[in-house]
Amino acid sequence: MSARYAVGIDLGTTNSALADIDLAVEPAGPGEPLPGPLPLEVPQIRAPFEVAPLELLPSFIYLPSPHEAPPGAFALPWDAARNFAVGRYARERGAQVPGRLVSSAKSWLSHPGVDRRSALLPLKAPGFDDDVARISPVEAAARVLAHLREAWESAHSFETADDGSPLRLADQSVTLTVPASFDPQARELTVQAAAQAGLAKVTLLEEPQAALYAWVQGAGDSWRAQVKPGDVILVVDVGGGTSDYSLIRVGEEQGNLALERLAVGEHILLGGDNIDLALAMRTAAKLQAQNPSQKLDAWQMAALTFACRQAKEDPSRFDQPSASGAAGIAALAIPGRGSGLLGGMIRTELSRAELEETVAAFFPEVSADAQPQSARRGGLSALGLPYAQDPAITRHLAAFLRKNASAKPTAILFNGGVFKDAALRDRVAAMVGGWTGAALKRLEAQSLDLSVALGAAYSGLARAGRGIRIRGGTARSYYVGVEAAAPAVPGFAAPVHAVCLAPFGMEEGSAVDLPDLEVGAFVGETTAFRFFSSAERRDDRPGARVDDVSELTELSPIEATLPADHAQPSSVIPVGLHAAVTEVGTLSLELVSHDKPERHWRLEFSVRDSN
Amino acid sequence: MADALPSFPARIAIAIACFIRALSDARFASLVDQVMVQGELPAPALPATQASPSLALAAPAETKPAPAAPVAAPAPAVALSPAPSAAAAAPKPDGATAQEGALHLLAILQRESRLLDFCEEELTGFSDAAIGAAARLVHSGCRKALRENVELAPVRSEAEGATITVPEGFDARAIRLTGNVVGAPPFTGALKHHGWKAVAVKLPEPPRGDASRLLAPAEVELP
Repeated sequence: MSARYAVGIDLGTTNSALADIDLAVEPAGPGEPLPGPLPLEVPQIRAPFEVAPLELLPSFIYLPSPHEAPPGAFALPWDAARNFAVGRYARERGAQVPGRLVSSAKSWLSHPGVDRRSALLPLKAPGFDDDVARISPVEAAARVLAHLREAWESAHSFETADDGSPLRLADQSVTLTVPASFDPQARELTVQAAAQAGLAKVTLLEEPQAALYAWVQGAGDSWRAQVKPGDVILVVDVGGGTSDYSLIRVGEEQGNLALERLAVGEHILLGGDNIDLALAMRTAAKLQAQNPSQKLDAWQMAALTFACRQAKEDPSRFDQPSASGAAGIAALAIPGRGSGLLGGMIRTELSRAELEETVAAFFPEVSADAQPQSARRGGLSALGLPYAQDPAITRHLAAFLRKNASAKPTAILFNGGVFKDAALRDRVAAMVGGWTGAALKRLEAQSLDLSVALGAAYSGLARAGRGIRIRGGTARSYYVGVEAAAPAVPGFAAPVHAVCLAPFGMEEGSAVDLPDLEVGAFVGETTAFRFFSSAERRDDRPGARVDDVSELTELSPIEATLPADHAQPSSVIPVGLHAAVTEVGTLSLELVSHDKPERHWRLEFSVRDSN
Repeated sequence: MADALPSFPARIAIAIACFIRALSDARFASLVDQVMVQGELPAPALPATQASPSLALAAPAETKPAPAAPVAAPAPAVALSPAPSAAAAAPKPDGATAQEGALHLLAILQRESRLLDFCEEELTGFSDAAIGAAARLVHSGCRKALRENVELAPVRSEAEGATITVPEGFDARAIRLTGNVVGAPPFTGALKHHGWKAVAVKLPEPPRGDASRLLAPAEVELP
């Protein structure tokens, strides 16, 4: 069945969104613009027994106690028996009952230190151990995606497919975005989560590319006037919880402008929410210094964080005359917890200097050779997400640009709610301009919150040949570790070298064979390989050898279990390797028998806990 | 009122879009057919709690009352369902009562802005600065609740203070005359208040019966 809609899904760390384009709508005439994507207002629980449509679906899941609300409190228009909540209510309620809240599911999905298919969320909280049915990171992502699928199908319930059956999202051309920095395993798990959510066929797209698609779509024909062949666009995407960078080159193909993604940054768990929290902690410390007996509880801390975010997003708050007559101070208030709003209210202040100082700690003025600092933590660290140790987003950005020094950015596009602050956009653009020695062209996004979903929907149109397409391919090269046949030396591991398996820039739908690689696999047993990637080694061809694996980034091992059907168990058969990038955008690896090339076994990413 | 209706060029675009869509989508064509014959959207096709982007084109034509109908009747929120036609006068058998809808709006305002706490609190003894801080909280919450549930627009788009002409046959509910109200229209006068009307209502389904009387639950924190 051919797709009726191109649908873009932004599965965000803190907020998710969905947008679609009706493919049946033709341009009004020759030269007229193509239809634009429309965001879906997602019905979600806003309070027990209350469902409301909102533009964003916060990516939070709340697992309520059976005693906290009557049956049916979390019913959705399409599921009367729903017993958990996804969205706004989950986020707000979870701030008060964190032991029942699943958040940052996407960051967990890309956390190599844990088995992402095991039920480990919410993280253990004292007292909640037996009371909460935990879910896995994959299941958490699947629940958010399923909510979006159901919302879309519900909104389109008045339409039917060609055969008269209700429209299913699975039959549409669905594009799901992932951070550019997601490794092959995190991409694979994202696809699995989508399948679990009833979306068997999706195409993956990197978020910064989606943001650029949204800009191209929004700019219409004028985009050709704004960038020229030879330009390199830096996309800086700072969401609620993650930062992601990409470089995209504007080229020329048969007289037309063409876009090609050159490089992507590392996965950094650092975003706008960290700034709000830092402001709140700073203000709370000030309150406690004034009155040492005053300790804010979780509810008051959430209210203070919210007040700080509001002040951050509305600079005019600092222009009002304050009680003391001083300028540049915003009054903050934490309302009384009881029915008295004024009685029990705690009032405090945030000065413009404090705000600027805190934001500057995240976006410090640094030179082009700045290095992110990695403070070593204590020997034992609790199970948790690998948050960035250096909160300076600009230092991470400088390091990214230095690694890709051959591509000097000439234009910049911002994405993510943090950049609603215009002064911050100016500051970052000026800093990058200072590093490259020339001012950057500023590309203005149409929506900092929805661009990724809108752009993902537009990319579906582009894939159907009706819009500008960004060429990408793999953003890294991939290697397998091969142990050298050397005499064993006690106390020393056998030396390992790496062989390039998939080169940088391998495009969707292409494949590479390495039949010459001499490796053996044990029949009836699991054969595992160490697996590496590199974002810097652009010129390695398949089969190229890297002697020093410390130059590479090690990923989870890959493994295949050969069934003991024909050959003797434990006999070794010689195998080669086959790598392909699927149309979906995931990396597929196989072992191929030397003697019978028709026999091959899929290499899976190991999900065993690497700790 | 006329200012909110699509302009002539916009109407051409809508007509063309309808023409194309009706050819390619039988279900849409059937909707259009029903609209033309019965003058309103069949209720089940448009769930009250779901915005359907694909119907956005059709919606403006539906929510505009006929010229003689009231513009923004001072009716409770529930009466402003997506089809404010004759059906709005009497609640549908399965619809919420006006009272349930009004109570639900109070519950939403309390949840988002603590409006009830603020109105019920005795203000004597608090400084203006403290009241100002509380007002800021209530204001930002109320505004958020309004933006999410009701799309507001002025009744008259002219700037306040401008001289406008009120034509013959004007809607006396949408425009209130003050000052020397003598003679017959057309009247010419200064616009003192531009008025408000709800152009879109996205209120969720209110709770029914006794449940609607619960405006905010009591909170008990477990140690």
